[in-house]
Amino acid sequence: MSVDANIVKRIGHLARIKLEQENLDGLAGELNTILGFVEQLDEVDVSGVEPMTSVIPASLRVRKDEITDGGYADKIVSNAPLSEDNFFMVPKVVE
Amino acid sequence: MSDLTKLSLKATRDGIKNKDFSALEVTDSYLSAIEAANPKLNAYVSIEAEQARTMAKQSDEKLAKGQGGALEGVPLGIKDLFATIGTHTQAGSHILDGFKPEYESSITANLWADGAVMLGKLNMDEFAMGSSNETSYYGAVVNPWRADDSNKDLVPGGSSGGSAAAVSAWLCAGATATDTGGSIRQPAAFTGTVGIKPTYGRCSRWGVVAFASSLDQAGPITRTVEDSALMLNSMAGFDKKDSTSVDLAVPDFAAAVERGVKGLTIGVPKEYRMEGMPQEIETLWQQGLAWLKDEGAIIKGISLPHTKYALPAYYIVAPAEASSNLARYDGVKYGLRVNGDSIDEMYENTRAKGFGAEVQRRVLIGTYVLSAGYYDAYYVKAQKVRTLIKRDFEQVFADGIDAILTPATPSAAFGIADQEMAADPVKMYLNDIFTVTVNMAGLPAIAVPAGKDAQGLPLALQLIGKPFDEETLFAAGRVIERSAGLDFTPKKWW
Repeated sequence: MSVDANIVKRIGHLARIKLEQENLDGLAGELNTILGFVEQLDEVDVSGVEPMTSVIPASLRVRKDEITDGGYADKIVSNAPLSEDNFFMVPKVVE
Repeated sequence: MSDLTKLSLKATRDGIKNKDFSALEVTDSYLSAIEAANPKLNAYVSIEAEQARTMAKQSDEKLAKGQGGALEGVPLGIKDLFATIGTHTQAGSHILDGFKPEYESSITANLWADGAVMLGKLNMDEFAMGSSNETSYYGAVVNPWRADDSNKDLVPGGSSGGSAAAVSAWLCAGATATDTGGSIRQPAAFTGTVGIKPTYGRCSRWGVVAFASSLDQAGPITRTVEDSALMLNSMAGFDKKDSTSVDLAVPDFAAAVERGVKGLTIGVPKEYRMEGMPQEIETLWQQGLAWLKDEGAIIKGISLPHTKYALPAYYIVAPAEASSNLARYDGVKYGLRVNGDSIDEMYENTRAKGFGAEVQRRVLIGTYVLSAGYYDAYYVKAQKVRTLIKRDFEQVFADGIDAILTPATPSAAFGIADQEMAADPVKMYLNDIFTVTVNMAGLPAIAVPAGKDAQGLPLALQLIGKPFDEETLFAAGRVIERSAGLDFTPKKWW
């Protein structure tokens, strides 16, 4: 499997990274080098093998469903590039 | 008074405790050393002099009252990946411009609770993605080591390059670091320092900027094996804020350091003998085995058949998890924002400007392998291969192997702006060939300086252990350190 400039452009959009037209071919080349490298995995027989979901034999802990934290909206927005009344501000999304 | 920066972490701690010198004197010595060296080495991205002096004074006050923790007054450098309240935390990235967290990572909180002092934040590859510390928005870190009779600048390795360089150049008594594919062990190897990646789950990941969550694990970089054990003792521990943190008591690692290797079985995996591996790496490896044998260990050849697939599987799993983790940098919640006409344009502009080339490359690869139609072919397949890699290790441990000895890196430190590595991303990735298997299997591993190459640059050996058996690694690592008996202080040129 390999990618071309059009696919790179589409991935860029999925990843929400603006890619310049003149860089697409170069990026396609770099991504194909990496994809070519990972193609070695095709040699491995994985039939009947479970995909790993946890590297340590641990089950996720559960706790009581209760509020243990919060109540500081001002701190949450303190690093925002733009905020107002403890809300994050973004460009208009509804007409 | 002699130079207070030229002491091990343990000697620093003991000297402060015995009132041979004060915590403030030690901190001031380090701050002066940093001020003089940092313009050349670029190890620190932020120096917190005022805060460091305040913390040191508090340590002196505590000790005067007969109180004090396990690291009371010991000045440390903290990798820029760890959230520290009100101070620079940008993961070496432009996209986190100006970010000063309102919270403290669990690991640094543990260190401060034990009395350690923060000197500042250390440079690193952007979001811990790199093996040379050249992807940092804050510029490359320069390795304190140079080849004999050479003025050429070398890389300190990465991603914890600032941590390794600062420890090696005596700019802190020890440093925190993180390891996703080798980011503690490879820079430790390149700088003649000791780096341990503990078992996945041993240290809390809470408050550590995430790269690849199933692989990321924090650990210390120090100048000696004993210092490493002492620092890990303070960093490790169960944390209910990290769902993958393991609820296990932390053993006294320092007590294991002088335990020796008598009766231990050390495995030598044949798959780590790579084609084209330099003879001096092979020689060092054999030397390491001889040292362990001399102290009573049994050496046994083993096979880990899926070794060669660890790196390709890693370059699916790590970028996939990174593309998901890095989705949070959107110009809304923190850091950089580059405006656009719509919200999507704002996202795309922000991320194009805020992420460097290597981070963009990995996010794109990750997005691709997770995209519709490719998920099974890439991600699920890689996770299956990961199961096989882990099974290889489980098999040899079940067969009676206590620890595994391998080289740490395929070479000594290379030059800054290496043309071949810049031209081919995979060439740079191959730096992690010996270290990445361990992350894929969640195991602990330590890199210990063991020799020097023909140009006088440090080389290291790696010991891989059973899950949650860091103690054996400290014991065997100490044997390597003691048997090598070399001085790993770089010749000062900065």
